[in-house]
Amino acid sequence: MKKLASLALAGLLMAGGSALAAEGQKPAKGISFSFEGPFGTFDRQQLQRGYKVYKEVCANCHSMRLVSFRNLAEGGIFTEEQVKALAATYTMKDGPDANGDMFERPGLPSDRFPSPFANDEAAKTANGGALPPDLSLITKSRPGWYGTFNQLWNGIGGPQYVYSVLTGYEDAPAELAAEAPEGKSYNPYFGSGHWIGMAAPLADGVVTFDDGAPNTLDAMAKDVAAFLAWTAEPKMEERKQTGFMVMIYLAAFSILLYLVKKKVWADAH
Amino acid sequence: MAGHSNYIPQSAFAKWMHERLPLWAFVKDHALDFPTPRNLNYWWTFGGILATMLVLQIITGIVLVMHYTPHTSMAFDSVEHIMRDVNYGWLIRYMHANGASMFFIAVYIHMFRGMYYGSYKAPREILWMVGVVIYLIMMATAFMGYVLPWGQMSFWGAKVITNLFSAIPLFGESITTWLWGGYSVDNPTLNRFFSLHYLLPFVLAGVVVLHIWALHVPGNGNPTGVQVKSGQDTLPFHPYYTMKDLFAIVVFMLFFAAWIFFGPNYLGHAINYEPANPLVTPAHIVPEWYYLPFYAILRAIPSKLGGVIAMFASILILFVLPWLDTSRVRSGGYRPIFKGFFWIFAIVCVALGYLGSKPAEGTYVLWARILTAYYFAHFIIILPLLGLLESPKPLPASISDDVLSKSKAKLAAAE
Repeated sequence: MKKLASLALAGLLMAGGSALAAEGQKPAKGISFSFEGPFGTFDRQQLQRGYKVYKEVCANCHSMRLVSFRNLAEGGIFTEEQVKALAATYTMKDGPDANGDMFERPGLPSDRFPSPFANDEAAKTANGGALPPDLSLITKSRPGWYGTFNQLWNGIGGPQYVYSVLTGYEDAPAELAAEAPEGKSYNPYFGSGHWIGMAAPLADGVVTFDDGAPNTLDAMAKDVAAFLAWTAEPKMEERKQTGFMVMIYLAAFSILLYLVKKKVWADAH
Repeated sequence: MAGHSNYIPQSAFAKWMHERLPLWAFVKDHALDFPTPRNLNYWWTFGGILATMLVLQIITGIVLVMHYTPHTSMAFDSVEHIMRDVNYGWLIRYMHANGASMFFIAVYIHMFRGMYYGSYKAPREILWMVGVVIYLIMMATAFMGYVLPWGQMSFWGAKVITNLFSAIPLFGESITTWLWGGYSVDNPTLNRFFSLHYLLPFVLAGVVVLHIWALHVPGNGNPTGVQVKSGQDTLPFHPYYTMKDLFAIVVFMLFFAAWIFFGPNYLGHAINYEPANPLVTPAHIVPEWYYLPFYAILRAIPSKLGGVIAMFASILILFVLPWLDTSRVRSGGYRPIFKGFFWIFAIVCVALGYLGSKPAEGTYVLWARILTAYYFAHFIIILPLLGLLESPKPLPASISDDVLSKSKAKLAAAE
């Protein structure tokens, strides 16, 4: 009976697979980032470059509702002075003033990143009917791969998903090319079917980095994926550092408690 | 609550107090001197772990409410405000979200411990049944809590689960509308779920008091299943079990902390970081891991009403477990055949959980049907028959006999 049950279980486990992934979606490319693992931290230079890619390319269509300019200083990406100057380059609508009129003013560090469109409908109209998703949490909401154990060891692969979509544009296979929907591109890494509304946004050299870092498609995709990992989880470093201290404290405390328990119980047997 | 108190007030104030509110006598009798079987193993520490988790969930929950906004247009952003702008908000939220999972891990171990050692048998039937009530309240509370961040899975999970009630004949549709507070899952639904999510943990705390009361009348069971016969069999709860429990609680906190700090989103769904959108249905709507076995049972039955009945029956059957198990031997340790079936049952529950996470198609459904049938057969056929057919191993004369013979065997092995 026991044998039968374990056989049945083995059969069940083998019947698994990536049923949660969309039909035909390729798992994201398994590149590694500096912020992975229990001690990983963000590379500030990379985040600066990633911000530049976001600002000059992504921000033309995608909003970033949850991030403010001040977060860039809090995250140590730019100094407070740099952030003030950066925010001031934007014009924000504010108001109403004492007379009830709306007015325009230069941006402040406390302002959120401005959205490229007034509302979702305007964004859809300008983008062939497809809504460019807000990017604030994109690396947390899009898994790069599936599988209970795969995600446990490798994380959900959100930054890898972004990187893979950005670098994954290719010619559609012959059998699919015929059914290509108008205005869509083929991308086997895209999460909702392999036809994506966004045309390939990056190409070699479209952004020039101030630090002279390589600006190939591959390098830029990696940098912007890292930046988006930061926007999704700006407190990640604080979390891991705190966690490290908490784990040490609890481990030491549990050893002491074990010794106390042993001593208390010594006379009970 | 059993027997009279050993407490004798010493000072004048203690005497004055004792005649008016014998609080210290209560603490002494129930938390310090309470006679506890001396042979409890670490599986018995999960009661204390669960009490700790309940307190942690209530504390973190109260702090979260200070910053959360229960409105469909603001709930998602207020949770992100907690994650980004509130001091240590990320910690409080990750503790609360992962705390729910830890609470369920602990409760499942606690329940399976009860099933293995026959903790539900006379005179502890009420203790067990109150425990099932606690489990039901936990499930309802966790479900409503998952809706509050108002992400995609919050919304669609709420929709699927509340829709189950529409399977009820005649009144189904009206009940669903009544639950929603409208004609779809919307702001009134979010508001009432928030209200109830805040209320139920305190109801839960009250039922936990009943659970401990029902424990302190017959006293703890123990791994031999033999009743306490003399003072030789017991130890005072403090310091023996306070220290043992505390050690286990801190080890459990270590496990908990590993999730909070190094994998805080693993146990949730990525898509819940996308705001709820009633117009876009996610490809796969999957409940949290702790409901998955029941979700598999729900979908195993071809009719909607049948599935709902089977799902509720799979939990409600636990209420009559004390009477389905006909064996007079409590502990599974002395029931060689039962032991095997216990582990098969545990594996079946895990396998059902796995099937619940998969789409309801093809072989998954077939397996879910077979295992659902087995789940019920375990209670309705196997347990009643086993008690009649199985010949248990001889029981030790008393708890202290068992402890002594084991430590003697240990000594002999060491020499």
